[in-house]
Amino acid sequence: MAEQHSEEFKQFNVDLWKFDGHEGALIPLLQSAQDTYGYVPEKAIHYISNVTGIPSAEIYGVVTFYAQFRTRPLGKNIIRVCNGTACHVNGVKMLYSTLQEELGINYEETTEDGQFSLVSVACIGCCSLAPVLTINGEVFGRLTAAKTRKIFRDFKSRSKATDQ
Amino acid sequence: MKTVLVGLGTCGISAGGEKVFRALQEELKEHPGAFELKETGCIGMCYREPLVEIQDGDGESHLYAEVTPERVGRIIEEDVLGGTNIDEWLALGNGREAGFFDNQVRIVLRNSGVIDPGSIEEYIARDGYKAVRKVLTEMTPETVIGEVLASGLRGRGGGGFPTGKKWEFTRASAGDKKYIICNADEGDPGAFMDRSVLESDPHSVLEGMMIAGFAIGADDAYIYCRAEYPKAIARLRQAISQAQRRGLLGDNILDTGFNFHIKIKEGAGAFVCGEETALIASIEGRRGMPRFRPPFPAVSGLWGKPTNINNVETFANIPWILLNGGAAFAAYGTENSKGTKVFAMAGKVRRTGLIEVPMGLTINSIIFDVCGGIIDDKRFKAVQMGGPSGGCIPAEMCELSVDYQEVNKTGAIMGSGGLIVMDETTCMVDVAKFFLTFTQAESCGKCTFCRIGTKRMLEILERITDGQGTMEDLDNLSELSEQIRSASLCGLGQTAPNPVITTLKYFRDEYVAHIVDKKCPAHVCTPLLTYTINDLCNGCTACARACPTAAITGERKQMHYLDQDLCIKCGKCFTVCRFDAVVKD
Repeated sequence: MAEQHSEEFKQFNVDLWKFDGHEGALIPLLQSAQDTYGYVPEKAIHYISNVTGIPSAEIYGVVTFYAQFRTRPLGKNIIRVCNGTACHVNGVKMLYSTLQEELGINYEETTEDGQFSLVSVACIGCCSLAPVLTINGEVFGRLTAAKTRKIFRDFKSRSKATDQ
Repeated sequence: MKTVLVGLGTCGISAGGEKVFRALQEELKEHPGAFELKETGCIGMCYREPLVEIQDGDGESHLYAEVTPERVGRIIEEDVLGGTNIDEWLALGNGREAGFFDNQVRIVLRNSGVIDPGSIEEYIARDGYKAVRKVLTEMTPETVIGEVLASGLRGRGGGGFPTGKKWEFTRASAGDKKYIICNADEGDPGAFMDRSVLESDPHSVLEGMMIAGFAIGADDAYIYCRAEYPKAIARLRQAISQAQRRGLLGDNILDTGFNFHIKIKEGAGAFVCGEETALIASIEGRRGMPRFRPPFPAVSGLWGKPTNINNVETFANIPWILLNGGAAFAAYGTENSKGTKVFAMAGKVRRTGLIEVPMGLTINSIIFDVCGGIIDDKRFKAVQMGGPSGGCIPAEMCELSVDYQEVNKTGAIMGSGGLIVMDETTCMVDVAKFFLTFTQAESCGKCTFCRIGTKRMLEILERITDGQGTMEDLDNLSELSEQIRSASLCGLGQTAPNPVITTLKYFRDEYVAHIVDKKCPAHVCTPLLTYTINDLCNGCTACARACPTAAITGERKQMHYLDQDLCIKCGKCFTVCRFDAVVKD
């Protein structure tokens, strides 16, 4: 794990080195930082500021404007619940309350052991399978409360097994 | 040899398509060379995914629906090797599922679910890059624009501005450096047309952009795509590098001296970036906030240069129009809305997925003939068109035809093509609140009326759905709507009140029921619900055991009683009761 991390860290470094003064590089650099750290840490903002000459305050303004960027780390596993129109109409509320029960957290929170974060997203474009959620990017559709619980518990026991 | 195709768009994958694909790979290992295995995009029947198509090799094909890894063995054994169809698993019976494809005209979706989106060869085999070849070798920019004008194509992103006119303006703008931008920041919750086109047929979008570049004199282009669409972005990257290797992108394309470069910009999650000036600000690396227009991007856009922005669906139409002629496109549709429109069908409709129909079809025909009507035959109440900028059209008005002007008359807008169908179990006040929650969160904060006005409207709607509303609130909603509409700079603010305006206009009685009767007719708004137990109760104790607050009491085999003071209206008793003894009102 540590090796992989330093490998990724190099990628952010490389991207910083590759900066050629081109305007418009800020958002890709922030995306690279977030890919590396899992969020945009303050030090990354300062690195980018030093390299690009854009004031840190302005970079911070961009970070907080876009929904994609986080200034705090998320849990190891990220559950995204779609709150698009179709999911709303097809009963995403019940899906959310099931996950609240299972995890004991609300949207935008992380479990105490750092294993799971629950995130609400606007729409992931799988409306025809509503309601949907993703666990670490894998999409699950046509959910009911029972199905949601099963998927979550299966995932939890699988990830425990790989941890050991 | 037979070909086995698996639909692996995002919809197919989330329904389990990848597992089916892996099972088929295993079968191929056991029977080497028995068939060819390919992946394809989305054919539009998302409601029957995962889909597997078997092509006989002589032009005949049939489609299996809801395929699971367990079913793969029998399909290979009996169908692919044995030559007998498994009738009970076929999606379309003999040929096609009645109505679903019969009323469609597929121009934008001509290759979706047909070709392997990862193969440029398959795109070329279906007349791909033929249009750009024709344009570069036989046409002038003026004749290209003339053809697009003749087609009557209007911007499919929502605005509906004539595409040919836009190109003409950008071409006429002074300056030697110009840009093309493809807006793939499909932000409307409830819309997935662009995602599907990018995943299923990325080359058609690239080709449309190249033609636009030639027409307006641009050699650099950007595709601004949502980061939430990883599969679409991967497909685009692959398509761009394939086209570069074949000399279809880059410098001196097809030895004509025409240069064209396409870069991908990943959006970072902001709905307002669908607005063109905000999108440009975002590509330039700044906060995506709209600015005053004029100057329009056609005059001063990206890095201050003339820029032409169209959305994915618009570009995907272009190669077809140039190959078949503007008149062929204009033959479809109505007086002022030509061609076809792709709709993403979702909500309470039987066949959810992606359809493409000629303009002018009625909404009823789309919902009932093409998409099979409402789930469980519930009462059709309304259809929501145009996302957060659009409105709700009541069922009584759904004889109207899909046409920019006709739709605008209702207070909704055509939008980018999300169609959410609602039935009697959908609360219209709740829907209005849902959209306001969205626009309120996505307002960039530049204009006071949009930033604070939407917040105030949302607070009022929350009061109403909590049972605390007054009749005066309805007047305030109308007044705020008018102010926000007239005092906001960009489309987001100007249209944000639309969901409230249309629901107030057509479903005022539901608002009144929430305020005066303290009831939610659709049984959606939790604080307005009451649960009671009637004499159908046989004392099975399931509800009492499920109740988290011990509000339900009663002896075994005796009728139970629910204490309203303790009830938190979680609805668990209602869900567990198998005897219809718990009543929700």
